[in-house]
Amino acid sequence: MESLEEIKARIETSVPGAKIEVVPNPGPANQPSLLLDHEHAVAVARFLRDDPVMRLDFCSNVTGVDWLDRTVKKKVKVKKLVEGEEKEVEETQEEFFPGYLEAVYHLFSMAHKHGPLVVRLRTRDRARFTPLPSLTPVWRSAEFQEREIYDLYGIRFEAHPDLRRILMWDEFEDFPMRKDYREPDDYEYEPTPHDEVLEKAKQHYPARPTVDGAEEVTA
Amino acid sequence: MGQGAVNLGTVMEEPLDEGLRSELQRRGVWVTSMQELYNWGRKNSIWPLQFGLACCAIEMIATAASRYDLARFGGEVFRPSPRQADLMIVAGTVTKKMAPQIVRLYNQMPDPKYVIAMGACAISGGPFKQGYNVLKGIDRYIPVDVYIPGCPPRPEALLHAFMELQRKIDEQKLTGQDKAEFLKKETLSEYPVPAFGAHDLEPPANPRLFHPPAVERA
Repeated sequence: MESLEEIKARIETSVPGAKIEVVPNPGPANQPSLLLDHEHAVAVARFLRDDPVMRLDFCSNVTGVDWLDRTVKKKVKVKKLVEGEEKEVEETQEEFFPGYLEAVYHLFSMAHKHGPLVVRLRTRDRARFTPLPSLTPVWRSAEFQEREIYDLYGIRFEAHPDLRRILMWDEFEDFPMRKDYREPDDYEYEPTPHDEVLEKAKQHYPARPTVDGAEEVTA
Repeated sequence: MGQGAVNLGTVMEEPLDEGLRSELQRRGVWVTSMQELYNWGRKNSIWPLQFGLACCAIEMIATAASRYDLARFGGEVFRPSPRQADLMIVAGTVTKKMAPQIVRLYNQMPDPKYVIAMGACAISGGPFKQGYNVLKGIDRYIPVDVYIPGCPPRPEALLHAFMELQRKIDEQKLTGQDKAEFLKKETLSEYPVPAFGAHDLEPPANPRLFHPPAVERA
């Protein structure tokens, strides 16, 4: 398969106006991906599927990722006037990255036996039912997996033929795979609670009787 | 259970003297009570409801097949309809989405009915206990007669549970103060089906049936 830069260049000549970004992945997996823009996502997907060189005719996996809001602290050297003299002073600056949700598509070619090409779509925010274009019209195999992302992450895939919850019931309102999801507190006794379960358990323990003014300990 | 049978049972309220019985048997007279006969018949033809939920169902199928042969205990007639079943083997993970259907199937079974909760998931939620989508034990909604731990339990464990259930059936009384629950008029044989709520099943457990073990702290 061509390098991502080559693929990106060919997409940009074939789909005018498409904004493609190469997302590096510096981990041990080293699997960089292409980030597509909402407007041209379907056209780019169709190009990747039909292009005789790429022929990515098989979408094997679609999954979601939740990225929370984050602030990154950086130490920057700034020149400042201190007591009439210009000095280099270290300052910590905070940079804020708003959170977003992601849909990640893994594409393979059955015809050319190559792949995977990883393609990402990012939402604008983490709102309920925040929109993304659906790639189900291009790859039929994405249908159930986009429904699963809709169910567990709350991304609304526009132009999806049958967007309903697939695992949870229709009346369910939460998105369990989002990082800020809190499951209902139906705690019951466990003999050896630990970590998060212990924290949960503590809220349900009756208070220890205080003897001789001993500290009131709840766990 | 017809009214006539119950009346016959009352005739034999006094337990038969074992010595007299064996003496009679030696002379070729076989004596039994209505209760013994009735329970003997019931415990040796327990028809389970044919449904499986997860990997435990594979062990249940193995139990019913020729190697372990549930037919030796009279339990091989798996019924596809709850109307014909005596026993519900909850074999596998009960997801919250599936729980109302399980309770509804239980409600559709005729009395007397029994429940075996098979495997870690069915008795407590098992490895999925901390998750959001698995019911933490089917005993939150329906009464369970025999619990089998294991993940999944081996067919021998299911056979053991089956024999425990047979023992339980054999000990049930037809008459008197301590007669079996299902013979009492005030006993409910149906339990409320939980509804799908916005965050969880509603209610999360049947409060009349399920009491989580209290934590005792010294």
